[in-house]
Amino acid sequence: MTDVLPPAAIFIIGGLLVPLIKGKWKSAYMLLIPVAGFINLINIPEGTHWVVGFMEYNLIFGKVDRLSLLFGYIFHLISFIAILYAIHVKDDVQNVAGLIYAGSALGVVFAGDLFSFFVFWEMLTIASIFLIWARRTKAAQGAGYRYLLVHAAGGLCLLAGIVLYVNQTGSIEFGYIGLNGLATLLIFLGFGLNCAWPLLHPWLTDAYPEATITGTIFLSAFTTKCAVYALARGFPGTEALIWIGAIMTAFPIFYAVIENNLRRVLSYSLINQVGFMVCGIGIGTQMAINGAVSHAVNDILFKALLFMSMGAVMYRNDNKINCTALGGLYRTMPLTCICCIIGAASISAVPLFSGFVSKSMVMSAAADGHMQIIYFVLLFASVGVLEHAGIKIPFFAFFGHDSGLRPKEAPVHMLLAMGIAAFFCIFNGSFPSYLYSLLPYPVEYVPYTVPHVVGQTQLIFFAALAFILLTLSGMSPAEMRAVNIDADWFYRKGGGLFYRVMDISMNGLTRVADRVIVGELTGSICRISQRWPEVLCLGVMIPLWSVTGVKGKELEGKIERTRSALQTHTSPIGISAAIATIFLVLIYLLM
Amino acid sequence: MKPENSEDKKYLFDKPASMKILAWSFLLSLVLLLVLEFFIHKHPHFPSEEWPEFYCVFAFVAFVALVLSAKYILRPLVKRREDYYD
Repeated sequence: MTDVLPPAAIFIIGGLLVPLIKGKWKSAYMLLIPVAGFINLINIPEGTHWVVGFMEYNLIFGKVDRLSLLFGYIFHLISFIAILYAIHVKDDVQNVAGLIYAGSALGVVFAGDLFSFFVFWEMLTIASIFLIWARRTKAAQGAGYRYLLVHAAGGLCLLAGIVLYVNQTGSIEFGYIGLNGLATLLIFLGFGLNCAWPLLHPWLTDAYPEATITGTIFLSAFTTKCAVYALARGFPGTEALIWIGAIMTAFPIFYAVIENNLRRVLSYSLINQVGFMVCGIGIGTQMAINGAVSHAVNDILFKALLFMSMGAVMYRNDNKINCTALGGLYRTMPLTCICCIIGAASISAVPLFSGFVSKSMVMSAAADGHMQIIYFVLLFASVGVLEHAGIKIPFFAFFGHDSGLRPKEAPVHMLLAMGIAAFFCIFNGSFPSYLYSLLPYPVEYVPYTVPHVVGQTQLIFFAALAFILLTLSGMSPAEMRAVNIDADWFYRKGGGLFYRVMDISMNGLTRVADRVIVGELTGSICRISQRWPEVLCLGVMIPLWSVTGVKGKELEGKIERTRSALQTHTSPIGISAAIATIFLVLIYLLM
Repeated sequence: MKPENSEDKKYLFDKPASMKILAWSFLLSLVLLLVLEFFIHKHPHFPSEEWPEFYCVFAFVAFVALVLSAKYILRPLVKRREDYYD
């Protein structure tokens, strides 16, 4: 165990060293990190490694089993692709944040205890926020702050759950948790927030489209998939997840239909795909867990591919990403267009593409469990995927109306990154046995049967027919520049309301306090405290002086000296102070 | 961007002939898929999947229902001006 390192360490330490390396070596160095990490990873045997004593607990930085290994492999692959895609980025903030973010994700999946799990979980948020802020626009800044606040709330919920859970069980081991009682519910919700469950989801659709072109590729891969991993580890077979997952697949597709920003369409699509995974984890059979995990792997690849193709479109078209501004780009960006179509075919589960071999496992598991409603919700959602990701994304960017834009093809490194992702989308779809051999449980499922291929092809072609007829008849919703309010309305408008209420109440109080205390009261206290010592002092002293025979000029001189001594605070107070001190000492001694 | 070139140059889908080939092959595939149904042995999970052309009808109806409900129900409820949150 001396020749291998914890997977997270390579990325985090490697990332921190990036600013020290200058010039052309930087690109090579950054690409080397996931490669070195991968060689390191395949040399780690299954089992428990890097156990560190911490107070009375053991921290475990290497819980290596088939579930964590598969996530480890795909995280290394997608890191390599994302780094290659971002190789032109000179901004070290993004380069370091991307690598630490990937390292934190590896930390999460290999954590064997809840404490180190939580630390890496929070590092995910901290690192990813810089990929949003690095866009350096007002919208990105706002979305980043909201992202941070929402995740901070989710993190606190998770922490509260972990503290209660450890207190109850006496163990910090991260294994099966199961839903029973408050502690586990809080952990469940903490996971759910990162998983973008319905109503907890708007951080994703708010922030991802505002992140940098290259940052979104990292973002699309890690946070939600870490949450899927955590649910698969802690809550497999939890019935609530079946329904949560089904709702996740269904509701975002309605938003995706009317959304104008294509990266936001993909963000809704991301929630929809994670829904299939959550549903599979909820079903909890071996086939369902296999389906969920393999779909996570495939989704990381095809979602990154779609985000990369949209990123290339933005990169070559002055950051234009709205349907209303794009169209007809296949003419001059044919390779990007082909990559986008491969991604679209994969997410739509076209036979021979990756979605076909993984999504169907979850659906078959639902059918095997006789969950008729769930099965048809998932089938409906599959049609919805076709609408927004399968057709809308490529159609509005590369076909549709001719926007007149004739940009150059994407740069070579972006095409290479997209090419690698596209290769794996087709490879996993056409030769699923390699992917299946890495899954947590033995696979008996056969995706390529005649009825499955024909049924799925019918689904795709007749959905496409519906699209064509709706578009030709002018019944498709017109693309328009607008925002669609979502659950984030509650805190975005609620935040504004809170601000106004606080403004009126607190600033009102401040204004009143300013007028009464600063304007009136302080002035009068000041005047009184200046005037009264003089009045009191002279009131006592003048009769005293008169009695002792001081008169005329001498008396006036004494009054004048006293007055000026009081005004300049130079009156002789030494004796009174000494007496007061002695008095206090006496009281202290007597008490 | 070179507008003087792009005005004249005809790309793949600008040509009516290629659009015609695309449209006919799509229609042919639809017919093929409708016919193919009767030559395969289905493994339905639920009784409704045994209905003839179930997936074709389901996909078409679901797609239209999705698009129209998003257009006529969801959009009027949630659409706001672009500067709504500013």
